[in-house]
Amino acid sequence: MMATQPTGVPAGLARAGVAARQALSPSALGPLAALLLACVFFSLRSDRFLTGGNLSLVVQQVMVVGTLAIGQTMVILSAGIDLSNGAVMAFGNIVLTKLAVDSGLNVYLAIALGLLACGAFGALNGTLVTAIRLPPFIVTLGTLSIAFALTHIYSNEQTVSGLPSQLTWLGNTFRLGQTDITYGSVLMIGLFGLTWYVLSQTAAGRHLYAVGNSPEAARLSGIRTRRVLLSVYTVAGLIYGIAALLLVSRTGVGDPNAGQTDNLDSITAVVLGGTSLFGGRGSVIGTLIGALIVGVIRNGLQLIGTKSIYQTLITGILVILAVAVDQVARRRQP
Amino acid sequence: MTAAAGEATTVRPDVVFEARQVTKRYGHVTALDGCDFELRAGEVVAVVGDNGAGKSTLIKALSGAVVPDEGEILIDGRPARFHSPLDARRHGIETVYQDLAVAPALDIASNLFLGRELRRAGPLGRWLRLLDKRAMRREAERHMNELQIGLRSMTNAVEDLSGGQRQGVAVARAAAFASRLVIMDEPTAALGVRESGQVLDLIRRIRDRGLPVILISHNMPQVFEVADRIHIQRLGRRVAMVSPAERTMSEVVAIMTGALPGTEQAAPADLEPPAEPAP
Repeated sequence: MMATQPTGVPAGLARAGVAARQALSPSALGPLAALLLACVFFSLRSDRFLTGGNLSLVVQQVMVVGTLAIGQTMVILSAGIDLSNGAVMAFGNIVLTKLAVDSGLNVYLAIALGLLACGAFGALNGTLVTAIRLPPFIVTLGTLSIAFALTHIYSNEQTVSGLPSQLTWLGNTFRLGQTDITYGSVLMIGLFGLTWYVLSQTAAGRHLYAVGNSPEAARLSGIRTRRVLLSVYTVAGLIYGIAALLLVSRTGVGDPNAGQTDNLDSITAVVLGGTSLFGGRGSVIGTLIGALIVGVIRNGLQLIGTKSIYQTLITGILVILAVAVDQVARRRQP
Repeated sequence: MTAAAGEATTVRPDVVFEARQVTKRYGHVTALDGCDFELRAGEVVAVVGDNGAGKSTLIKALSGAVVPDEGEILIDGRPARFHSPLDARRHGIETVYQDLAVAPALDIASNLFLGRELRRAGPLGRWLRLLDKRAMRREAERHMNELQIGLRSMTNAVEDLSGGQRQGVAVARAAAFASRLVIMDEPTAALGVRESGQVLDLIRRIRDRGLPVILISHNMPQVFEVADRIHIQRLGRRVAMVSPAERTMSEVVAIMTGALPGTEQAAPADLEPPAEPAP
């Protein structure tokens, strides 16, 4: 042991360096540069941008889409796509608020059932993709409509209000130095960390990458590809349930019309984060960066007094840029 | 099976892997029609045959990718049933596929251990499922060195390698985990001349380490270069088992295409019509 590896601080540093490089796979370096560039630009243009309070606000603003994008990352890494996640989240958000308020269920039971409802939608997506082998695009286009319709039928088009305080607890803040941080932001960051760990440090993560990159090679290596896909969609569904809870904590109501464009926003975050839509390449840390890029641009433009529609314009350009970079990189391959 | 077949096992103790009267039908198409197969310890057997002779179905049956309708497969004289490639793997049979069955975006070590990842010892591995990436890199390096595959960095993505190097990774994976035999399905089909030569060297090295190899190939010069015996497949059956020292390439091709009659006489059962399923 002693002879083969250096000990002490340098080795520790080297290991930390390796870990950092692994966490920031090459695909996330471009997005990170873009994020830093945007931050530098806005901090030069506005004194208020680079304050703890404002940065905390940015994280808070991206926490719902960011959480959805965690599930979306897993699905896209498996070479799929999930169009249903915004609608599934809206369904979960109505289920858990209505059960807690209108049905008078125990709050925690209501939350559990809301998560379960989203997980069930994920399992439905996964079952249709694996058992009937339908394309994920079509499957989730269908479940998008189904979840949307169920949300409106169950809610009777009514917004659920008067929520018990436990339901919005994640919107509460604690102080860190001078900065107020919501528990929801911490939950989102924690979920990103957990997902990073599973995807990059466990065999389950390896298998997901392999299934997305080359399903045939994965199958021939003895990986049960269908089981991997089914669990990807199911876990993604549960994560959408957590997003539903975060949504409730942000809005303070159960809104049947929430999250209608969040599916596309979550795909935007994933793509901006350098994850390939062809599957098997990318990282969830990239997705966090991608979500933050959108948040920073929106926030920064507001601070310097530009119309928010320009954020949409810039995001669109960045998405095309990100996909173009991915394509060119892939064409370079033999 | 018949009593004769049972006796045959006892007089050929060096046969490590055997298929008897294997039949596989796809609808009205009979891909394998009472096909026999035999592999002895420490040899390279090449399987040759024209397109549609049932080569790939035979290999799939031997590697567990298809389940035969009839017939049996014996490992060291004992019957074995494969319901999936995993079953064959559990018996120490590893297969290298022609289409380079590696995941291009994953690195060499990850591909080598794909589906068989090593976890850290202790609670980190048991409870947190933490991969032991360092051990996998080290082991991968060791296997690469053993087979003299000139790959240094185990963290390079497989897609950055040449075709020959990729196939080297696939072969090394098979050799690393096979305890009984290695099946190679057209391992040089996608490769150039020099790279094919490297793969043939690998086949010899694997055999010299004591693992018998089944090689499926279209390439007659390669077959004659590396095989100890040649299994000639025609119309869903083995029609001859020949030694490359005793036959010329054109004779083998002639038997393959039916221009010359087969010489099958290894087992008496081969001369009879396909066996009825046992009652």
